[in-house]
Amino acid sequence: MKDKQLIVNAIKNGTVIDHIPAKNLFKVISILGLQTINNQITFGTGLESKKLGSKAIIKIADRYFLDEEINKIALVAPQAKLNIIRDYEVIEKRVVEVPDYIQGIVKCMNPKCITNNEEIKTKFTVLSKNEVSLKCHYCERITQQDRMVIL
Amino acid sequence: MKNKSLVSITDYSKDDYLKILDIAAEFEKNPSQHLLDGKIVATLFFEPSTRTRLSFESAINRLGGRVIGFSDANSSSVTKGETLKDTIKMVTGYVDLIVMRHPLEGAARYASEVASVPVINAGDGANQHPTQTLLDLYSIKKTQNTLENLNIFMIGDLKYGRTVHSLLMAMSNYNPTFFFISPDELKMPNEYKLFLEQHNIKYYEYRDFMPIIAEADIVYMTRVQKERFSDPIEYEKTKNAYVLNNSMLENTRENMKILHPLPRVNEISLDVDENPKAYYFTQAQNGVFVRQAIITSILGIK
Repeated sequence: MKDKQLIVNAIKNGTVIDHIPAKNLFKVISILGLQTINNQITFGTGLESKKLGSKAIIKIADRYFLDEEINKIALVAPQAKLNIIRDYEVIEKRVVEVPDYIQGIVKCMNPKCITNNEEIKTKFTVLSKNEVSLKCHYCERITQQDRMVIL
Repeated sequence: MKNKSLVSITDYSKDDYLKILDIAAEFEKNPSQHLLDGKIVATLFFEPSTRTRLSFESAINRLGGRVIGFSDANSSSVTKGETLKDTIKMVTGYVDLIVMRHPLEGAARYASEVASVPVINAGDGANQHPTQTLLDLYSIKKTQNTLENLNIFMIGDLKYGRTVHSLLMAMSNYNPTFFFISPDELKMPNEYKLFLEQHNIKYYEYRDFMPIIAEADIVYMTRVQKERFSDPIEYEKTKNAYVLNNSMLENTRENMKILHPLPRVNEISLDVDENPKAYYFTQAQNGVFVRQAIITSILGIK
């Protein structure tokens, strides 16, 4: 009998992003702009996870991320873990951290905010990182985690 | 402050406040000084506010500057679908300073980023109206001879009242004690109370001001608007609890003054107007001197 199991191979060099909530996989892809690069990328989703219920994983060959790049995904994948791979070996593990300042990504919850009425990139100061709370640079209103909408 | 936009009251420091108040006092002594000869100021009112616009235009005219602009969005290119960005980009090439009012929150901050000349926020929705706050500070300092250690009563709509929120932030530099008097539906939002707690500033909340009004140095009245109530019966029950009349002022302090951002509807009875403690019309007049001070310091003339 033919072995029908498809195995996603380990990557030689690059970054593996694990523990992404399955429902936010495509948001992570879009925040990191992975749809626009030509590297070899494999991803799996709907994978079983004790922590997340259903998780996704992304493997990006020959690509490494700066903290400030990767921290952008903290709002949609706060428990994401990064494995940095060189020559098939995990040489470093990293976690993501909510940055102090966020541009784009999140929508301001205030319908009367100028950013919801003209084409303007949103900007927020992060007031609190555990229970995320963002202060809009424009209207000065606070967007709490439970009302957060990802753009 | 030179060449810097004034969008939010927190754009200025405590020292900046005092500088503005000092310059305003000079303008009060001598309001007509032609310091803006050859300068053009735009007053862009994307929503009408006659009081604020006239105050700014009076200030500019007393300084000998020229004013161009519009008094509501219907008479501007906004009706043709022009974006705020384009309007500001265009106007910025015509003038030395932009004064703008806009119904959307954050519009002034955005304009200040797009414009190559400074922007003064004359109100952006429910967010900020810093020149009002500075004229309130001026009025408090002028009537009390100090800003320090005062008992500030805020009465009426404390939930949506942008003026009371900004005044609270600014006065917090001067160790006040706040008394918040409002119906339950219109209480001071938690974020401001939290701010006061973090800065060790005392505040008290009441539903009725009569038992405590004798303690007040400043009574800051605001309008309780019917449309703010989810339950119209609640409005009918509470509306008269936040109306000030002359007989209520009998046992108040000698130095006590009543402020109101205006327009007043019925929250201060007409019989209060003749009482020397009524200060709201002088407060509005002070607005011109304070705006003269703000404009000249931003343009680097004072």
